[in-house]
Amino acid sequence: MKRRDSIKAIAISALSTGVLLQQGCNENKTEQKAPEFSIDRHPFEKERDLKLMSQRYFTDDEMATIKVLIDIIIPRDEVSGSATEAGVHEFIEFIVKDIPRHQLPLRGGLHWLDNQCLKRFGKIFRECAPEQQIEMVEEIAYPADAKPEMKQGVTFFNLLRDLTATGFFTSEMGLKDLGYMGNRPNQWNGVPDEVLQQYGLSYSERELNETVKFENS
Amino acid sequence: MPFQIKVHPKVYDVCIVGSGAGGGMAAYVLSRAGLNVVVLEAGPWYDPAQNVTQLKWPWESPRRGASTAFRPFGDFDAAYGGWELEGEPYTHVPGTQFDWFRSRMLGGRTNHWGRISLRFGPKDFKGKSHDGLGEDWPIGYEDVAPYYDKVDELIGVFGSKEGLPNEPDGKFLPPPKPRLHELFIKKAATSIGIPVIPSRLSILTKKINDERGACFYCAQCNRGCTVYGDFSSSSCLIKPALKTKNMEVFVNAMVREVLTDENGRATGVSYVETHSLQEYQVKAKVVVLAASACETARLLLNSKSTRHPNGLANSSNLVGKYLHDSTGSALGGVLPALFGRKRYNEDGVGGMHVYTPWWLDNKKLDFPRGYHIEYWGGMGMPGYGFGFGIQGLNGRFPDRNGNIKKGGGYGAALKDDYRYYWGASVGMAGRGEAIALESNYCEIDPNGTVDKYGIPVLRFHYKWSDFEIKQAKHMQETFQEIMHKMGAVITWGLAGPEKNYGLETPGRIIHEVGTTRMGNDPKKSVVNKFNQAHDCKNLFVVDGGPFVSQADKNPTWTILALSWRASDYIIEQFKQQNF
Repeated sequence: MKRRDSIKAIAISALSTGVLLQQGCNENKTEQKAPEFSIDRHPFEKERDLKLMSQRYFTDDEMATIKVLIDIIIPRDEVSGSATEAGVHEFIEFIVKDIPRHQLPLRGGLHWLDNQCLKRFGKIFRECAPEQQIEMVEEIAYPADAKPEMKQGVTFFNLLRDLTATGFFTSEMGLKDLGYMGNRPNQWNGVPDEVLQQYGLSYSERELNETVKFENS
Repeated sequence: MPFQIKVHPKVYDVCIVGSGAGGGMAAYVLSRAGLNVVVLEAGPWYDPAQNVTQLKWPWESPRRGASTAFRPFGDFDAAYGGWELEGEPYTHVPGTQFDWFRSRMLGGRTNHWGRISLRFGPKDFKGKSHDGLGEDWPIGYEDVAPYYDKVDELIGVFGSKEGLPNEPDGKFLPPPKPRLHELFIKKAATSIGIPVIPSRLSILTKKINDERGACFYCAQCNRGCTVYGDFSSSSCLIKPALKTKNMEVFVNAMVREVLTDENGRATGVSYVETHSLQEYQVKAKVVVLAASACETARLLLNSKSTRHPNGLANSSNLVGKYLHDSTGSALGGVLPALFGRKRYNEDGVGGMHVYTPWWLDNKKLDFPRGYHIEYWGGMGMPGYGFGFGIQGLNGRFPDRNGNIKKGGGYGAALKDDYRYYWGASVGMAGRGEAIALESNYCEIDPNGTVDKYGIPVLRFHYKWSDFEIKQAKHMQETFQEIMHKMGAVITWGLAGPEKNYGLETPGRIIHEVGTTRMGNDPKKSVVNKFNQAHDCKNLFVVDGGPFVSQADKNPTWTILALSWRASDYIIEQFKQQNF
C-alpha cells in the first residue's frame, strides 16, 4: 500500500465508523441508546462494559451533588464549558463501577460533606447557598492548609478533583480546550523553528542530515 | 458421546508452538523454504488492520483508556493478556516474587512491546570471559550478525551509525528528529558525559515493500498499526507466511505436551481447543517451541515419558533454571521551562526518539553489566490519569500569571493550571542486565495446582541479588543527575534502599529469558548452539529460553535473529534427510 493510500484508507475507515454510529443512533431513537464500541473489543470485554453501563452506582441525590461539585472544580470559562457540559458526571458514574476501589471514598466523602454542611449551615451541601458551598469547598480544597478535622474532606476532594480533571480533559471539549493537536496522520519533521528559538535550542548538522526527510514538506 | 482425542490426519514437516517473535520468524522462514508448517497459538486471531484501537479518541473508551485486567497497559493497548489470566494461575515459593506476563493472541507479546530493536554486542555473548560471572554463550556476535542484518532488512529498523564497540550498528532507516523534551534531555545528559543517541526502533520511517505502509507518526505503536508501519509478528511474519500456502495456523490451541515415541523423538503435540475444550493431536517431523521462555519450560517439564522421565529435554535438570528478567527502575517529574508551552502536533513514532546506551566501565563500579536508559515526555494524548495529583504541582510553581497559589484548589484558576502544566512532564527508566542464576527458576508446582484445562502450572522462585540492587541504585543516581542538570523537578519515582532503589519486581519488564539455555555441554545446557535440544534432535526452542544471558538490550531482535538461524539449520537438516 502506498503511503498516501494508507492515509486515505484510515480517513475513510474513520469516516465510515462515524456514519455507522450515526445510523445506529437514528434507528434506535425511541429505545434507550444502545452503547456502541468503535474500538477493538473482545466478546467478554463488550459483555462486561455493557453490564457496567446498565448498572447504576450513585443515587439520584448523590449524582446531583456530584454535578454541583464537579462544576465548582471545572467551571465554564472563556475557553470551554464546564465539567457537566463535558459529561464528566457520566464518566465518574462509569469509572467507579469499573474501578470499584473509588466507590466507597466517593460515597463516603459525599455523606461526610453533607454532614459537615448540616452542622455548619443546617442544610446538606447541595441545598446550601452558592457562597456556603464555596466556603465549605475552601476548607477541603487545599491539602497543605486544611485543618486536621478536614482531613476526610481533603482526601475526598483530591479524588474527585483527579477524576474530574481526567474526565474533562479526555472529553472532546477538554481535548480541544487543551490544544492537543495529534491523533491524526502526521509528518514529524522536528520542533518548529520558533519554538527552538524560544528555548535557545537547535538541531545539530548531523541530526539535520541523517534524520527522516519528507518530500512534500 | 464418548470422549475422544481427535488426531489431525496430516503429518506436518514442522509444528510450531507460539506465534510471537520466535514462532513467527520460524513460521516465515520454514514455510518460505517449502516446508509444511502448522502454527499453534493459544489465543485468538489478531490482525492490527482489523482489530483497531489506533487513531481512536480517549472518549471512545468508557474508561478513557484506563487499564483493565485484560489490558493492563490500558484500554487501547493492542496486547490481550496480562500478569493475571483468568483460570491460568501460577504460584511462588514463599518469600520470592515473579510476575509473569502472558499475551494469548496471534503475534503474542510483539503486539505490546516498545519496538526497541537492539542488537546484542560482542561482549554480551561473552559475559563470563569479561567478569567471571554467569556463562558465555556457545556462539559469538559474528555468528548472529548476518542474521541481525537479514532481520533489519526484512522487518525494518531505524537508527544511526555510531560505531560503538558493544552497540553494533545495523542496516538502519533514518531516525526521526528528537522532540523538544528530548533535546533538553540530550543537552543535559551529554554535558555530564552521558551519551544520548537516536533510538533504534522497528518502525518504518521509509516504506520498505508494498505490503506495509510507512509510519504516519501517531505515536501509538502500542495500539497496533493498521498500515503495518511497525513490527508485530502477526503483520510482518505470519501474514506473509500464510501467503506461501504452506502454512496453517490453529488459534485457540493451548498446547498440553510434546508427544514422543519409544525412541524419545518428538512426534507432535497434543492441545486443547480452548472454546470447545476438544482435545487434539497434531503430528509433525519436527517440533519447534516458541511459547515464551516460561511457557516453553512448562511444556517441556509437563512432557514426561519413559525416555524422558524428568520432562522432555531435561536430562541436565536445567529446564526452567537461570530464569532472568531485565532490571528496571524509573523516575520522572516536570520541566518548568516547558510550562505554558506553544501547542503543535508533537506525536512522533510510538516511542522514544533518543536513548542512552550503556556507557560506563564496570571495573570502576560496584556492580557487573550495564543498563540503557529510555526517555519519555511531552504533549501526549491525554488519557485516564491526566491531571492526577495536581495539588503536588500547582503549589510548587507560580502559575501562568506569576501567582504563587496554595496547592490544590478549584475553579477557573485550577482549570487553567491543567492547561499550563500540560506537556511539561518528563521521565526516564533504566533497563539493565541481571546475572542469570541457577537459583532463579520456574518448575512444575509441587503442590499439584492445575489450570482450567487441567495442565499443571508453574511455580516460581526468584530473588534479586545485590548486583541488581546496586545497579538500580546507580540508575536512580544517574536519573537524578540528568533531571537536575536539565532543570527538571522530580515528582515521582525517587526510591532509597528501603525500596531497593525502585527495582521492579522480576517479570515486570517482560524480558524474561534463560529457561532452556544453550551451550555445547549437554550437562550444562538444554539446547545446542542451533537451538536444538541436546536430548531430542527433532525438537527446537526459538523463544527467549535459549538465552544464556540477557544483556541490557531488549531481547526481541535477538530472538528473531536466532530463530531465523535455527530455521536455516532445520532446513539444512531436512535437506540432509535427518528428519
